[in-house]
Amino acid sequence: MNETLFRRIKDLPSTHLLGTGVPTCAGCGGLQALHQIYDVLGEKTVFVNAAGCMTLLSVYPFTPFRGSWLYTAMAAAPAGAQGIRDALDIQLKKGQITTDDDLQAIVLTGDGAAYGMGMSATSSAIERGLDFVYICYDNEGYGNTGQQYSEATPHAARTSTSKGPQGYPGYKKDLFSIWAAHKPSYVATVIGAEPLDLARKIEKAKEKQGPRLILALSPCPTGWDYDPKESADVGHLAVRTGIWPLKEYEDGKVVHTKVPRKRLPVEEYLKRQGRFSHLFEPMRNEEILTGIQERVDAYWAEIEG
Amino acid sequence: MTRKLLTGNGAAAWGARLAVVDYIPAFPITPQTEIIENLENWIDNEQMPARMVTLESEHSMITAAGAAAATGVRVFSATSSQGLLYAMEMLYTVAGWRAPFVLVNVSRGLSAPITLEPDHNDIMAARDSGFLQIHCADCQEVLDSVLIAYRLGEDERVRLPVIVNLDGFYLSFTREPVEIPDPQAVAHFLPPYDPENIRFRASTPISQAVAVLGGTPYSYFRYESHLAAQKALEVYDEITAEFAEEFGRPREALESYRTEDAEYLFFQIGSFATKAREAVDRLRESGWAIGLLRPRLFRPLPEKHIRQALAGKKGVAVIDQNLAAGRGGVLYSELASVLFGHANMPGILTSFIGGLGGRDISTEEYFEMAMVTRQAVTDGEAPSPRLLYTETELREVQKLQAIANMERIELGAKP
Ligand SMILES: Cc1ncc(C[n+]2csc(CCOP(=O)(O)OP(=O)(O)O)c2C)c(N)n1
Ligand code: SF4
Ligand SMILES: [Mg+2]
Repeated sequence: MNETLFRRIKDLPSTHLLGTGVPTCAGCGGLQALHQIYDVLGEKTVFVNAAGCMTLLSVYPFTPFRGSWLYTAMAAAPAGAQGIRDALDIQLKKGQITTDDDLQAIVLTGDGAAYGMGMSATSSAIERGLDFVYICYDNEGYGNTGQQYSEATPHAARTSTSKGPQGYPGYKKDLFSIWAAHKPSYVATVIGAEPLDLARKIEKAKEKQGPRLILALSPCPTGWDYDPKESADVGHLAVRTGIWPLKEYEDGKVVHTKVPRKRLPVEEYLKRQGRFSHLFEPMRNEEILTGIQERVDAYWAEIEG
Repeated sequence: MTRKLLTGNGAAAWGARLAVVDYIPAFPITPQTEIIENLENWIDNEQMPARMVTLESEHSMITAAGAAAATGVRVFSATSSQGLLYAMEMLYTVAGWRAPFVLVNVSRGLSAPITLEPDHNDIMAARDSGFLQIHCADCQEVLDSVLIAYRLGEDERVRLPVIVNLDGFYLSFTREPVEIPDPQAVAHFLPPYDPENIRFRASTPISQAVAVLGGTPYSYFRYESHLAAQKALEVYDEITAEFAEEFGRPREALESYRTEDAEYLFFQIGSFATKAREAVDRLRESGWAIGLLRPRLFRPLPEKHIRQALAGKKGVAVIDQNLAAGRGGVLYSELASVLFGHANMPGILTSFIGGLGGRDISTEEYFEMAMVTRQAVTDGEAPSPRLLYTETELREVQKLQAIANMERIELGAKP
């Protein structure tokens, strides 16, 4: 597919398909991304969910989804998608349902499931060539349980289990590359603050078959400790500082879809969030700040060649 | 109808084939693996139209099984031991989805220490999961139970997944003559699955297994499952009556062997109950009024049937092939709770743990258990639970330890 329906902001859907009144926090970047994703994916979908913040979207007897939903468990959503996809294929083949009744299996999980507990189920679903879209809203921690660090937590971030002066000692795991190493049909990073880039990628993913990942960095006012009204700013800064590269993997190649022309210093992004405040107060932690900046620079140096 | 020599595993696979299952999520584990190998072989040779997928774990396998059942197809799966425990989170979860399918468990002792040989600690761990449980004593029963399990689980009054349990090695690898019913007769007994509203369709969106807030909706759904599981007893009786009519084999919820005039009874599940049957015959030859009760249906437990069968009896020897560490036998406590507070029930239950990790239970040990039970009735007091083990066995283990120790010393270790 070469032509996109989404060339300008005004081409984006103006009303949302996903219902309102859900219990996510104000300013939830995960929900923002999900709204935009759902508008493009549409209601011929069954969302297969793992334990996390989004589990509370569908609380008996209500749901914001116009399509279907199955909650599984923290580690098992890709396997749930496998069972549904296989069962639909069997019924299509037997003529028990028509293609009108067919559904896209969409896995929806947080980073905790996607980067960690669900990794084995995910890797083997990709290996089997399962026809599904995996949406990971990445809030960089176990949000639902109170933002403990996960394998997606960035270096030095304060979480409820990394409260020391250095913050989280580890480094964010590269899920994009782990997926790409499986040679799936599509992998893309997105963010709700860049709706046009996001919509084009979902549009592309929707047209493809096989395993597809949409990895959405999801600014989380509650876990990242900033005012909910700043969610969009934090999202923009994640892209403009280059700490969250927008890219896609297709046909064996990685393409950056939005290369920040002049990258802002990464501390512009960090200092907006309470989870990094210990790097600035009571005094600047130059060593950690430089380290983070150097890693971002090294990443882009390799891309820009 | 044809007759074939089949292993318990072979009989389980035939059950799935005759049930014309659509979908088989799988994962290998001894002693179950032969079941999925048989099925894959038939599928590859176009003798069976199903689709089989090997997942990367039993946790995923049960998730895929439940999800496919929730989408409206007939699903079969099989596991053992560590696999069943690896899937435990999902056993509870998919039972709550109320999407029926059949899981065969080939019982095997749990690690540690790791072993391949059978006992019932694996299946007892799934006791409260919401899966119904049917326990088999021979290969024919394995095949029959798979067919019955589909009727039972899919019944609109039940809608729960069902585990059919058989003992590793003693059944899984033992060849016995098995009647393989005609597919038409099976189709008559077990028509294609009608998922009704349990399915995912674009035209009729549905949310399944959603979260609840608070104890009120939570309790509502848990009670619904419990009541459905209880209802399954009555449904089981109906279905097995039909089964007996169609195939001539009664598969009652509770098997009674030489119980009518018996004063004493053995109480046991699974294939080792055939050893108890033999002991009953031998004891009867020497004048004992003794019999055997074997629940085939363990979830739901046929409580009324058990009380009826035990009315007026003097004593029951309960043989548990499991060990709830720090407590004792699971079957023993289950039976005690069924009898307590009801009139005319036996005053004595004796508890024996045996057959762990494939350890045999000898006929002499059954004699001993009968004697202990009779003595307890005379004394009016049950002894504390016995762990079956012989002097010879203890000496064998001590010998192994002594040899290992000698070798250590020879290799220069300090004694
Ligand atoms: C097997 C298991 N272990 C732990 C939990 C507890 N738990 C529920 S949600 C959650 C955090 C999940 O993190 P993530 O996937 O990042 O989603 P988020 O909460 O951030 O939305 C955890 C640990 C669980 N539900 N299941
Ligand atoms: S904790 Fe974060 S991810 Fe979870 S609902 Fe709140 S804002 Fe969204
Ligand atoms: Mg998270």
